[in-house]
Amino acid sequence: MATFPGVDYIEIDSLFSEDELMVRQTVRDFVDEEVLPIIEHAHREEKFPMHLIPKMAEMGLFGATIHEYGLPGLNQVAYGLIMQELERGDSGLRSFASVQSGLVMYPIYTYGSKEQKDFWIPKLASGESIGCFGLTEPDFGSNPGAMRTNARRDGDSWILNGAKSWITNGSIADVAVVWAKAEGTIRGFLVEKGTPGFSTALHMGKFSLRASVTSQLFFEDCRIPAKNLLPETNGLKYPLGCLTQARYGIAWGALGSAMGVFNTAVQYSKSRIQFGGQPIASHQLVQNKLAWMITEITKGQLLALQMGRLKDQGKLKPHHVSMGKMNNVHIALECARMARDILGANGISDEYPIIRHMLNLESVKTYEGTHDIHNLIIGEAVTGIPAYNPPMSAQAEKEASERRAAEAAKK
Amino acid sequence: MNSVVCIAQVPDTEARIKIADGRRIDETGLKFIVSPYDEFALEEAIRVKEAKGGDVTVVSFGPDRVQQALRECLARGATKALHIKGESGSADALGIAKTLAAAIRSVPHDLLFFGKQGVGTDNSLVGPMVAELLGYPQLNVVTHLEVGEGKITAHREIEGAEEILEASMPAVITAQKGLNEPRYASLKGIMAAKKITIETKTLPDLGLQESDIHHQRVTVVALELPPEKSGGRKIDGGEPATAAKEILKYIREEAKAL
Repeated sequence: MATFPGVDYIEIDSLFSEDELMVRQTVRDFVDEEVLPIIEHAHREEKFPMHLIPKMAEMGLFGATIHEYGLPGLNQVAYGLIMQELERGDSGLRSFASVQSGLVMYPIYTYGSKEQKDFWIPKLASGESIGCFGLTEPDFGSNPGAMRTNARRDGDSWILNGAKSWITNGSIADVAVVWAKAEGTIRGFLVEKGTPGFSTALHMGKFSLRASVTSQLFFEDCRIPAKNLLPETNGLKYPLGCLTQARYGIAWGALGSAMGVFNTAVQYSKSRIQFGGQPIASHQLVQNKLAWMITEITKGQLLALQMGRLKDQGKLKPHHVSMGKMNNVHIALECARMARDILGANGISDEYPIIRHMLNLESVKTYEGTHDIHNLIIGEAVTGIPAYNPPMSAQAEKEASERRAAEAAKK
Repeated sequence: MNSVVCIAQVPDTEARIKIADGRRIDETGLKFIVSPYDEFALEEAIRVKEAKGGDVTVVSFGPDRVQQALRECLARGATKALHIKGESGSADALGIAKTLAAAIRSVPHDLLFFGKQGVGTDNSLVGPMVAELLGYPQLNVVTHLEVGEGKITAHREIEGAEEILEASMPAVITAQKGLNEPRYASLKGIMAAKKITIETKTLPDLGLQESDIHHQRVTVVALELPPEKSGGRKIDGGEPATAAKEILKYIREEAKAL
């Protein structure tokens, strides 16, 4: 089994600390030995490799940046390197870890009560419990503020109604962090598996992230105890804060995919003999592709690293993360497409780890904030002008004002 | 129950080896790892510690770079580390064994673990030599170990059978693949390992001089890479039966393997 040599064009490793490199190496070994031998099969069978969860938990990959509860308390760069190596294995595997750590443990740890933290953090860290994060809805993705899922207070309970879609880990989760409007304000709730009125269904027919569970969540008069509200959550900025965590991890993770496909493309092009007994790596057009890939990966590495250092200093802004996520996923997808070209027909077969990364990255490009939305976030940071909502037509303006008046009259 | 694990840092088994001045490996840009058999030794010592308590001290003789290997062992669960500084590359097996034996004397121990051989040099000498120097029983190429009260039982695979040995402690165990499945370093272990100081000693600290350990009995005369593989021979087309005959003829008459 060949081990991954890493991709380091300009001695970027010299910018990492000894323990950051050790964290990377241990996850790299895990991916080489445990993930790569089984992942193509898992992808083909559309099955998440559940047997890897206890091993990942034992290594401390879930909630790795948390300092309490006996967790490792890694810095953000080390966390990023974990994501990079996991995604070199598969975006689905990195998605699992991102969701568990960034979208479930993070909000419980940051916005939860002591009782919620004491109960869930150890269980989620040990992999005994799996979590999912429900924000996106069938009708609202880029604009989560328009969500329809709602929560109504009834005595000592909250009653949830609505649906969530494209939820990673949904059907295998023991606890769902669900965002719903409570009297117009977006708040977070913990909904346990098996709660009456809560059900899930798999999204079928995916051609991307096949080695990852993606589900819909349904809430029909789902009654949960009042204490399951995440007490600190009070508006859209709370779920968005979680997404900033996850997007930061994706910026690193995408580099892992890019490194994986680059490495495969280099090996392949040096061994594939075509014209005149020469490897295709001797052709200028192939070298041009490889040169583009290594240049973009190197720029992406520096961007991710600077984000990590800023995050450790508490200076990282959401619009920085947007640039990292947008750029690194974009270049990773382009690398995968170029690698696919270089491998010719072999590039579409799962004999080689190329087409799987390429298909996965199509999802990664639009989940956790689409490529376009991140460009708008950067555009807003640069100009001060938000461009998400196009100006309303006179007709739409009139309808909206009539609707508001009608709602006011009802009250 | 205290264990000492002696580890060697060796070139990555996938590294492309280059030779410098015809006598030694060129270390420029070379990646080093903990010798793979030593990983089984370390894992077994950690399991003994988890079951019975005590310390696991990792010991390595070599230049400054071996501190990285010791740090990795600490991350996997060793509790202490001792680095004996010196040019282990110019010592022979007996020199290394003398150094380790002298170092081990100052570390409390009930069990001494080694990999069955250092990958790369593959002499299988250091563990047994340390056992002899210290006057301890040695159990070599072990695939299963039970630690009892005052004695240990070890299983080893021999030609066509399994041999079961018993010995008193302290004892030397050299680990074979299959003894256990080494764990990955945990992230918590990596962070905890940062806080452990690696103790360092020099040869004079151990009462030894360079001349005591340097190739007294065995000298490396030359180090050469294996010859490049020649192209091989292709038997073209034809019926499988004809091709098989031709291959057999080649094996008998040219390769003279039959």
